[in-house]
Amino acid sequence: MPPLAERNLFHDRVRLAVTLTGVVFAVVLIVVQLGLFVGFSRTTTALVDKSRADLWVVSKNVPYIEQGVPFSERKLYTVRATPGVAEAQNYIVRFSRWKRDDGQEEAVQVVGVNPESTMGQAWNIVEGRREDLKVDDSVMVDRIYFQKLGVSRLGDTVEIAGRRARVVGLTQGIRTFTTSPYVFTNYRNALDYANLRDDQTMFILIKAQPGVNVEDLRRRLQAGLTDVDVLTRQRFSDMTRYYWLYTTGAGMAVLMGAALGLLVGVVVVAQTIYSSTMDHLREFGTLKAMGATNAYIYKVIMRQAAIATVIGYALGISLSILVVHESGKGGANIILPWQLGVGMLGLTVAMCVAAAFVSINKVTKVDPAMVFKQ
Amino acid sequence: MQNPISVHEVTKVYGAGPTAFRALDTVNLEVERGEVMLLMGPSGSGKTTLISILGCILRPTSGSVKILGEEVTRLGEKQLPRVRLQNIGFIFQGFNLFPTLTAGENVELALDLKGQRGPAAKRRARGFLEQVGLGPKYDSFPADLSGGEKQRVAIARAVASEPQVILADEPTGALDSHSGRTVMEMLRELAHRRGRAVVVVTHDNRVLEYGDRVVQIEDGRISSGSTETAPLTNSSVISHQLSVTALTDN
Repeated sequence: MPPLAERNLFHDRVRLAVTLTGVVFAVVLIVVQLGLFVGFSRTTTALVDKSRADLWVVSKNVPYIEQGVPFSERKLYTVRATPGVAEAQNYIVRFSRWKRDDGQEEAVQVVGVNPESTMGQAWNIVEGRREDLKVDDSVMVDRIYFQKLGVSRLGDTVEIAGRRARVVGLTQGIRTFTTSPYVFTNYRNALDYANLRDDQTMFILIKAQPGVNVEDLRRRLQAGLTDVDVLTRQRFSDMTRYYWLYTTGAGMAVLMGAALGLLVGVVVVAQTIYSSTMDHLREFGTLKAMGATNAYIYKVIMRQAAIATVIGYALGISLSILVVHESGKGGANIILPWQLGVGMLGLTVAMCVAAAFVSINKVTKVDPAMVFKQ
Repeated sequence: MQNPISVHEVTKVYGAGPTAFRALDTVNLEVERGEVMLLMGPSGSGKTTLISILGCILRPTSGSVKILGEEVTRLGEKQLPRVRLQNIGFIFQGFNLFPTLTAGENVELALDLKGQRGPAAKRRARGFLEQVGLGPKYDSFPADLSGGEKQRVAIARAVASEPQVILADEPTGALDSHSGRTVMEMLRELAHRRGRAVVVVTHDNRVLEYGDRVVQIEDGRISSGSTETAPLTNSSVISHQLSVTALTDN
């Protein structure tokens, strides 16, 4: 086929720029919004997903991890005595007050964990070691929150709930969905920082013995414990994600943003391809008069849309990767998994095809007799 | 042998009821192979409607139209493009070239519609352009060609699909007299040397000498020349020219 679609597209550079801008804008907007959604989703459940625990014991009807309610730590012994349990540890996630050197206070979430456990540890540790948390008053924070927490290096000291805390380790990229950064510390410190009694805990993390059916173990534990729920890691992760993304409306907000991006993309691309088709309507009429079938003409229009798709997607995804990379340096957590990249290509194609249909509808109705009119 | 174009009792009515307009009224017409037929008439006489019907892009309200013996009025919308592609070449007053394609690509497009692609199609397209004296202009865009050259490209494109019928709508309307003559000579050659049936809709009296037959149409009716089947002699052309001039003068 002579390069009619390519020439029509590239002939008017201004229109091409508008078309590509529309596609790029839509791609970036959708990728950023969906990337935010993925980022939110992963951030909300990071503590649960990265816990390496097979089961979580939580207070009855706790809907998500930040809403944990203290319960008697004596349940830990019941859990440990249950056949099939390889390891069980108390675990704390609770809001507290962090007082900076300059006197300003920030809300933080204290994460209390046994440093010797295989479960519930901080990850992405870039300075210090997990074992450093064994020391009294030691805490580990993420670099992203240096400014917010008023610290800048290992050894900096602050107060948490009126008690001294010293930064002994740093992580990279452990974000929180709330505005309160996670502060990892050992379980003993956490009791103090979170104002809990010695006989209280917030959660119990459980590792099943190899070969034990986790669901069976969960049922047995649930049967032997009162006033608590025993949840699989996946279930508790889903509950937490559902709460933050859907109950609060945060997830819907970003999904709406993505939908808006899609709508804007379709409208802009449809408008520009339609405008191009209108400009070339006489040519399409000539093609029809020459004996071109509708299918042949659709191919020309679709080819135009496909070229706009490929170029727009390439530019858009490149820009998105840049945005994602830059966002990593700040507080926003935009994640672009490869599945999203591939899915976005499909979505861009669908967007441009949908846009092209507006033009196809117009061309279908072109009267070839128009070619005789001057 | 069937004539390439055979029109019988064709009527075309636009609209309905009291506002209905009869653009063609029981038109009968035969166009032979090797014949250049000039279709003349004042504005609104029905020329464009008739050529649109001959070109299978407009359906008559009633009557019969046969293209190379095939009754086209009964064909469905999806079959008409095939008839146009195989049998009819169009030449337009405004050239209707694709401005973003080169002269060669414009001709290639006609070949592409017939499924001819690749280097062979390129060679054929170049051959058609050479036949109209525009071989060196293969890579020129329409915007860089004169009006006469554009129309010659249009002729090359029209004949590229090797149709038996050429329909030309005011082919000299946008050309100077020299270019107009060149174009008409080419059309005449297509008819006389290659046996094509050529119908030329024109207002231009200067082209009368290139017609084998002149058909006058007025108010949707053929007023003269419809039954002539033998090619006109030079004297009959002059006679027609005189009569047309006389009509115009009156």
